[in-house]
Amino acid sequence: MQGKTLAEKIIGWHTGEGRVSTGEVVIVKVDYTFSHDAAGPLLINQIGKLKGGTAGLDKDHTIFFIDHAVPSPTKDLSNDQAIVRNYAMGNGLVLSDAGNGICHQVMAEDYAAPGNLILGTDSHTCTSGGLCAFATGMGATDIAIAMSLRKTWLRVPESLKVEITGHLPRGVFAKDLILKALSLLGTDGATYKSLEFHGSAIDELDVYGRLTLTNMAVEAGAKTGLIQSDERTRQYLRDFSREEQWKEIYPDENASYESEICFNASELEPQVALPNSPDNVKPISEVKDVKVNEVFIGSCTNTRIEDMRTVAQIFKNKEKAKGLKLIVTPSSQKVYLKCVKEGIVEMLMRAGAIVTPAGCGVCFGALGGIPADGDVIFSSSNRNFPGRTGNPKAQTYLGSPATAAATAINGYVSDPREYL
Amino acid sequence: MSSRAWKFKDNISTDEITPGRYVGLRSNIPELAKHTLEDARKEFPSEVKSGDFVVGGKNFGMGSSREHAPLVIKTCGVRAVLAQSFARIFYRNAINIGLPAVICDTTKIDEGDILDLDLTKGVVTNLTKNVEIVFPRMSKTMEAILLEGGLIPYVEKHGDLLLA
Repeated sequence: MQGKTLAEKIIGWHTGEGRVSTGEVVIVKVDYTFSHDAAGPLLINQIGKLKGGTAGLDKDHTIFFIDHAVPSPTKDLSNDQAIVRNYAMGNGLVLSDAGNGICHQVMAEDYAAPGNLILGTDSHTCTSGGLCAFATGMGATDIAIAMSLRKTWLRVPESLKVEITGHLPRGVFAKDLILKALSLLGTDGATYKSLEFHGSAIDELDVYGRLTLTNMAVEAGAKTGLIQSDERTRQYLRDFSREEQWKEIYPDENASYESEICFNASELEPQVALPNSPDNVKPISEVKDVKVNEVFIGSCTNTRIEDMRTVAQIFKNKEKAKGLKLIVTPSSQKVYLKCVKEGIVEMLMRAGAIVTPAGCGVCFGALGGIPADGDVIFSSSNRNFPGRTGNPKAQTYLGSPATAAATAINGYVSDPREYL
Repeated sequence: MSSRAWKFKDNISTDEITPGRYVGLRSNIPELAKHTLEDARKEFPSEVKSGDFVVGGKNFGMGSSREHAPLVIKTCGVRAVLAQSFARIFYRNAINIGLPAVICDTTKIDEGDILDLDLTKGVVTNLTKNVEIVFPRMSKTMEAILLEGGLIPYVEKHGDLLLA
């Protein structure tokens, strides 16, 4: 019998038949649905159009986040956030309020478990694939239906195998792996597909790094990114006191992949995406003399505690370049609190950083750190499309938090291995 | 009814269609629509006319899942978005709100060409160039949702979420 990919297995478990194959269009039951302040008001309006109204909402598995612009910078956004907050509280749903963290990070800390099927009104919902959950982003109307009926329809996607052999060298991180993969795939190289990550570099990667890989699967157009659930997944869940939710999940050895790309992590140097696309990637040795005005270390792509420790190691006893704006945004309150306890916040502040509350921050371009005309930003986030950070007259480079930290110290795009 | 084509390049992102900096207008769609695609073509929101076509290249609508992207295009009066390919979430969102998103060979369309669209026959007619562009039917469920005017009316009609 033909073996199953991770996508086929997990989707199959959520259908009546229990088994599906690539290409089938199926109705699936959904474990978690979520929305946030940037899409929530539209979604709530759509639910209101349904005869069933709020009757079908699953109180424990429907989550509203306030994360996209926190604390709210304008009355309009405050009003939108009030709509979301009041709806969640009024219907007894789960509310993750401003400051608690970015939806994808909080999902990975508190909710997503191996084998889950998760839908959110945000393209980076695929982040939870790092925990081997089939997680995908949809729009407000799709999620309104999924929240009300606790199901959705989808086509079982082809799987594209990304085989990463070798081992991560010093100064090279999960972010560099996904940027390298994007340079090979392009921004539409995996459209409609499931990106399944394999190989020794993945086996050795802890879940915090796996979440960085799956987070950016959508940057190749993918429906989701998926990574096996193994002992490292179990350890991660243990760290968040929910080991009982662990189950081992591997793809079958004879699973069928539409195509495959392969590269060796051992041969990589830190990678940088140049303006204006996350697939416009070069190794850092080829990115010379790029002066930077602003560095953003944040977003759902990274800034988990492990990333923050690496950043702290680079900043130890050093300061940012004079005149450079340095903004650090932990991805959740849990991460922020750990940074406080471990002295990382103090070290960052002494280095000249503005440390902001947890949220989407500069990445979304709605508050705090919007660049000036002509500014060059170096960001640890996931997108550098024109206008992404709030000013279409600025340009954004993407790289790992470590590369961002080294860049902040020198004032130009810099190799973090200099400081590690 | 025939109307003009507004031609855009490959890889138009949702950040260009409706930038995050206007997130505060998302509860006021008519106001938000006044900024539709302005970062890609400044004159678009003020000059687009009801019935016009947005014509993309490859991977139209890449990036975020904001449904406001097809919603502001529809609010501008655009009849359909035509592209060689679409980003997955944008495509689904467009159909879900009743905005036709048609996958066809847009290399045969230039800026300002006058077009006509027959969704049921699966033909875009380029009246300027006197060319017919045939396109394959979308998947059955997608087509059924679009014919009902979107996902909400589709679910309300059937009383459930059913595959077509």
